[in-house]
Amino acid sequence: MDELIKYAPALAEGFLENVKLSLVAGVVSLLLGTILVSMRVSPTPVLRAAGTVYVNVVRNTPLTLVLAFSALGLSDTLGLVFSDVPRTNSFWIVALGLAVYTSAFVCEALRAGINTVPLGQAEAARAIGLTFFQSLTLIILPQAFRAVVAPLGSVMIAMIKNTTVATAGGFLADAAAVMKETFDTTGASIPIFLGIVVAFMALTLPIGYYTGWLARRLAVVR
Amino acid sequence: MTENGDVTPLVQLENVNKHFGALHVLKDINLTVSRGEVLVVIGPSGGGKSTLCRAINRLETIDGGTITFDGEVLPEEGKALARLRSDVGMVFQSFNLFAHKTIRENVTLGPLKVRRVAKRSADERAMELLERVGIAAQADKYPAQLSGGQQQRVAIARALAMDPKMILFDEPTSALDPEMVQEVLDVMVGLARDGMTMMVVTHEMGFARRAANRVVFMAEGQIVEENTPDEFFTNAQTDRARDFLSKILTH
Repeated sequence: MDELIKYAPALAEGFLENVKLSLVAGVVSLLLGTILVSMRVSPTPVLRAAGTVYVNVVRNTPLTLVLAFSALGLSDTLGLVFSDVPRTNSFWIVALGLAVYTSAFVCEALRAGINTVPLGQAEAARAIGLTFFQSLTLIILPQAFRAVVAPLGSVMIAMIKNTTVATAGGFLADAAAVMKETFDTTGASIPIFLGIVVAFMALTLPIGYYTGWLARRLAVVR
Repeated sequence: MTENGDVTPLVQLENVNKHFGALHVLKDINLTVSRGEVLVVIGPSGGGKSTLCRAINRLETIDGGTITFDGEVLPEEGKALARLRSDVGMVFQSFNLFAHKTIRENVTLGPLKVRRVAKRSADERAMELLERVGIAAQADKYPAQLSGGQQQRVAIARALAMDPKMILFDEPTSALDPEMVQEVLDVMVGLARDGMTMMVVTHEMGFARRAANRVVFMAEGQIVEENTPDEFFTNAQTDRARDFLSKILTH
C-alpha cells in the first residue's frame, strides 16, 4: 500500500495523459468514423471502395503496429510533426494513431446502425427531394446513431483501455508506462496494479452505464 | 376535375421496360397522365403496378424507354433528380414517416430543407395541412404514437407541403386496419376534387368509382386495359380483367 501512496502523484499524472488521449481520440474517431461510414454507403463506387479498404486494413492491423507506424512512418520518415517538443509530438501522434484505429470500429458500429433503419426511410427522404447527403445527415445517420449508442459505448471503452499501449507510439508518459517504470525500480506491486485498474474502471464503468441508459432513452420507436 | 388549358400531358411513359433479374416486370408500357387527372392502377399482385408508380419518381430505375415529367425526361441522378422528386409527392404503403421526427417536423422538413422556406411559414403551412387531414392535435407526437390511418394522413400532408404537381399513391390503404381505410380515402377524394393530379395504385374499387377519371388494369407487367371506371367495372373488355374483377367483387 505504501508504494501506491508514494507513487500516486506520478501515476495520477500518467493517468491524466490517458484521459487526455481518450478525449482527443474519442472526438476524432467519432468524426472520422462518421465520414468513413458516409463513404461506405455513398452512391459513388470510388468512395465506397476507399472506405472499405480503409476499414479492412486498419481494423485488421494490431494497434501496436498502427501506433508504431504513426511514430516511425508518419512522424519520423514522412515528417508529420505536431510539435518540436518530443513529448507533445508523440502525444499527438499516438492520439492520431488511436483515432485512426478506433474510427474503423466506429464506422462499422454505425454501419450496423444504418442497417437497422428501414429502407422506406431513405425512400421517403429521397421522395421529398432531399439529396443523398441531406438524406444521410437528416434522416439516416440520426436514426443509426440512436440504434448504436450502446455498441459505440463499447468501442469507446475499448479505446480508453487502448490508450495504455501508447508506449508503442513512443509516448512514455501514460499510466501504464509510469507503472512499468515504477515496477522496474521497486519491483511489482499489487496495490499499484489494482489502483490503476480502479482508475480505469472509474472512467469506463460510467460510460457503460450512461450509454446503456442513453440507448434506452434515445431508442427510435417504430 | 376537367383538364385545364395546358394540353401537354404531365407524365408520359413511352415503351418503358424494366426487369428484376429474369423477371420482366414492365413490358413496353405506354401511358400518359394529364394535368388534373386521377388515374387508378389496379391489377393482381406482382403485376408491376407498384414498380410503375415508383418509376415515375425514379425510386425504381428503368431499363428501356423514356419517362417524361412536365415536359422533361427524368434526370438520372443528382440535384436535378432531387428537384424533380420535390415536385412529385409520394405516399407509401407503409407510410414511411420519419420515425425520429415529430409529426410537425415530418411535414416541415421538405419545405425547410428542399424549398428553403422560412421556419415560421413552414410551420404555419404544416399546421394548415395537418388541420386539413384532421391531425393538427397530434402535431407534437411521434409517428409511432399514431394509428396507421393517422400516419397515412400525415404522409399525405407531408407530400402536400411540397406543393407537388402530382402525387403518387403506392397502395396507400393496403397496410391499414379496415376501419382506418375510409379516413384515408376521404382525404384522397378531397384532393381529387381539388384538382390534384394523382396516380393511385389501389384495390379500393369504391375509391376508383368515386374519384378516378380513368382506370388502368395491369397484369404480368403489361397494361391490359384502360377505361373509365364505370365502363371498366361494368363492362370490362378483356378476359383477364373480367377474371380479376370477378375475384375481388364477389366478396
